[in-house]
Amino acid sequence: MRLHPVGTHIELEDAGVSLGGQTILRGLTLTVAAAEVLGIAGPNGSGKTTFLRLLATLTAPYRGTGRVLGATLGTSEVYRIRQDIGLIGHIPTVVGELTLRENLQHATRLFGGDTARVERALQVVGLTEAAERKVEQSSYGMLRRTEAARLLITRPKLLLLDEAFSGLDIDAQELIDALITRTTENGGAVVMVSHDAGHLADRASRVLAISAGRLERVA
Amino acid sequence: MTFWDQAVEIARVDLRVERRVGDVLRIILPFAVIALLVFPLALGVDLSAITQLGPAVFWAIGVLFGMQVALRQAADDRPERRDLYSLLGVDPAARFVGRSMSGSVLMLAFMVVLLAATFVLYSPRLPSGWPGPVILALLLTAVGLTELGTLAGEVTAGLRSRTALASLIVAPLAIPLVIGGSQTLESLTRDTSILPWLLLLIATDLALAVAGVALARPLEEASR
Repeated sequence: MRLHPVGTHIELEDAGVSLGGQTILRGLTLTVAAAEVLGIAGPNGSGKTTFLRLLATLTAPYRGTGRVLGATLGTSEVYRIRQDIGLIGHIPTVVGELTLRENLQHATRLFGGDTARVERALQVVGLTEAAERKVEQSSYGMLRRTEAARLLITRPKLLLLDEAFSGLDIDAQELIDALITRTTENGGAVVMVSHDAGHLADRASRVLAISAGRLERVA
Repeated sequence: MTFWDQAVEIARVDLRVERRVGDVLRIILPFAVIALLVFPLALGVDLSAITQLGPAVFWAIGVLFGMQVALRQAADDRPERRDLYSLLGVDPAARFVGRSMSGSVLMLAFMVVLLAATFVLYSPRLPSGWPGPVILALLLTAVGLTELGTLAGEVTAGLRSRTALASLIVAPLAIPLVIGGSQTLESLTRDTSILPWLLLLIATDLALAVAGVALARPLEEASR
């Protein structure tokens, strides 16, 4: 059993993100503590996905500073902590020509994990029967479950969820909820973004809004 | 997982995907063989001209279609997959090496089959003992072209029209490989030393490998 780490997992100070010369996010100042679940609500195009990519270290701030899991954003330090970040994005991240089981085995090997855990993860997410299906033969919900299985194996310290509940049945939503619980119980932090504030209110310990690239308190 | 473990895993999955999709062996290779057929048809019954032209046509078709093989992965490389690899802790340099490994295997297979087709269609005259040096030249050319294609794919990642741009990068930089490969065959037929041409191929392969590994991280970050 892992001990709960004490401290801050995310620190942003006046951070801004620019893509293609256009400022998408500005003036982001935020801290997220260990074991916290932060919800970010906002309409389409408000910068939610870019915000998550910033926290995932996949985009660097063009101004301000930021630290995620102790690594300074925009520096080579991020390579050290990327394995500790789990991201469920808009589009399921799977290799299209592989089966669901092969996708999990591939990710587990690259991660340096034990492929023996793949079968257990498939069982937990209810994909044992469908594991030999290719991605193109699988439903959106199955691909989401595959991603959930991958995160069960990689056990991220920072879980980032981008509209992760959209289009999922109740069982699959419960799986995502279990991932959130497991992450926080292990001392990790969760940041989830959604245009549906209802999804966030039930799960997050704190909810902020994002509008025109700025974070705001929810009234 | 070590750097080499990651590279081998990426190469293994790339080859599995190719076995299922079959871009190289089911699509690019048959077109290349058809292109080989065009020259004898155009030359009519001049058998001596056909025999003499064989090696030159092989290299021309091999490099032109080989570029398609080399750039195949760049066309398939989606941003989501790159992000996934990043968050799994894959070293960008290991990704470059893995893709170069799988691409080299495919490219070598492509060139060997194309060479066999050249023998059937052109009956080129080569001295005894040619298979060893020719296979070595093919291997070195295959590795170089694949490294070049992978590097061009990384340079153009995230850009619109990346396939066209990547081709523009590959074409001029492939010249040392074309010269090295074709002159190895030419030197064999003239019975002169092939060593300078093999050294040219080796030097080009090494230079591309060093560039690909050294630039992997900055190129990955720049592509986002």
